[in-house]
Amino acid sequence: MQTVVVPIFLLIACAVALCLGLLVLGRLFAPRRPSRVKRMPYESGMDPIHDTRRRFDVQYHLLAIAFLVFDVELLFLYPWAVVARPATSPAAEPLPVGIDAAVSAGIVPSRGLVFAGVMVFIALVALGFVYDWRKGIFRWR
Amino acid sequence: MPTLETLVKIALLIAGLMTAAAYLVLVERWVAAWIQDRLGPNRVGIPLTKVRLFGLGQPIADGVKFLSKEECTPAYVDRLLYFLAPIIMFVAAMAAFAVVPIGSVLPIDVEIDGTTRPIELVVAPGVDVGTVFVFAAGSIAVFGVLLGGWASNNKYSLLGGLRSGAQLLSYELPLGLGILGVVMVAGSLRLETIITQQAQSGVWNAAIEPLGLLVFFVAGFAESGRLPFDLAEAEQELVGGYHTEYGGIKLLLILVTEFLHMFIASFMIVILFFGGWHLWGLTGSGSEVTWPVAIIRVLVLLGKVLLTILFFMVARWSWPRFRFDQLMTMAWKVLLPLGLVNLLTLAVWVEYGDRVSRAMGLPPLAVMAVCGWIVLIVAWAVLAWALPNTTDNRPRRESAGEL
Repeated sequence: MQTVVVPIFLLIACAVALCLGLLVLGRLFAPRRPSRVKRMPYESGMDPIHDTRRRFDVQYHLLAIAFLVFDVELLFLYPWAVVARPATSPAAEPLPVGIDAAVSAGIVPSRGLVFAGVMVFIALVALGFVYDWRKGIFRWR
Repeated sequence: MPTLETLVKIALLIAGLMTAAAYLVLVERWVAAWIQDRLGPNRVGIPLTKVRLFGLGQPIADGVKFLSKEECTPAYVDRLLYFLAPIIMFVAAMAAFAVVPIGSVLPIDVEIDGTTRPIELVVAPGVDVGTVFVFAAGSIAVFGVLLGGWASNNKYSLLGGLRSGAQLLSYELPLGLGILGVVMVAGSLRLETIITQQAQSGVWNAAIEPLGLLVFFVAGFAESGRLPFDLAEAEQELVGGYHTEYGGIKLLLILVTEFLHMFIASFMIVILFFGGWHLWGLTGSGSEVTWPVAIIRVLVLLGKVLLTILFFMVARWSWPRFRFDQLMTMAWKVLLPLGLVNLLTLAVWVEYGDRVSRAMGLPPLAVMAVCGWIVLIVAWAVLAWALPNTTDNRPRRESAGEL
């Protein structure tokens, strides 16, 4: 476990170090001659009309919520997808794996039940999708 | 413990990626020049001499230029988030490569914790959730884009950031749906196992589930924000999008990140759907390798990735940009249903098709490929028939029962 995660964190640390190093290099080499006009927000040469920090209508917030729902639902499908494959041949894989192993251990009654459960789940996801569509969430104004 | 092996791999990976990003910018400009029938960058060679080297000095000159550009921080930015955004984006894109295998293994045995094993060409070997990790790292890019857009306190940046947020969110779903089929066939989320499975069966996933490939390819394109999908930084309307206010090294980090996203998309397409390092008759499929085979595997993988990247580049100069409502329609009304259809096909196949075709004495993978292509054609035809050619983008009228 530890040895699996350590290289990832090491890579992240190296990437952070690279970023900071580059930024410091920029600090060292780049000229800095700020002026009032240079430090204004860029609005194609016009004087900025007002501050950007005001209320802004994010029209796709329903879309974002739909994304959250569907993404989590997808995540529930991953564990099943990993174990769904039946054994290809008894010679190649002598011991049952995945759902077959669970069936032979008596945890679930049969493969068919698991499959039916997943199908019901996908049907529910599809139902939610159709509902969102009918509600017009996916229609961009 | 972090060993010397890991450190060497990380150093090689980062150096390789940075160099590749720099030189692929040059390649991209060559491709652009070739498509538009002009010369492209061909002058910068060795400085102070007249040697031109086909413009191969251009990336180095670009790097020097980025370093020597003025670091101008606008007055009204949120300083912490403004500096944090490019770092988050870059680090997240880099982190995704921790689990991506660049080839298979090298025939050198090393001894770690009492067990001897060959060197695997991946920074973090043995990550069982590799695929999920890559997508997790990829979705952190959304934070960088939104933070950068908001922290800049600039209207172009804000609009670009919000647009990009919507785009990246929407295309994450088809991306996740597209790989479920691959995971089901391989029975694992480990990228190494997915490649090995394709190598051992000799059939790439692209042949088995073309619909999954289509969904994943388009979604990967959109996630990397390349031209037909680059609404986040549509120059003509939003100047630079979320990086309008960035300059110098910070802009360099953002641009490199965009290339890294393209790399990661290409690597995932090749690994998940085009057999990774496998090529019939050349690479074998076992885990025991000799030096030539190990090197050929790396070259095959990188060659496939390069071809995919070239396709990305040619596509960039071949299609106009989508309109935003078209983009959203594509994600939610086209790719998501297609992904669900693909998932259902694969689910039914894995549960019943395999057994039935074996019982009938047919080769299962061939039957599966035929089914996959039939499903693709039918789904495509239904979509073409069902979706209107024009989009009604008049303001929403709550009373009307339009969809």
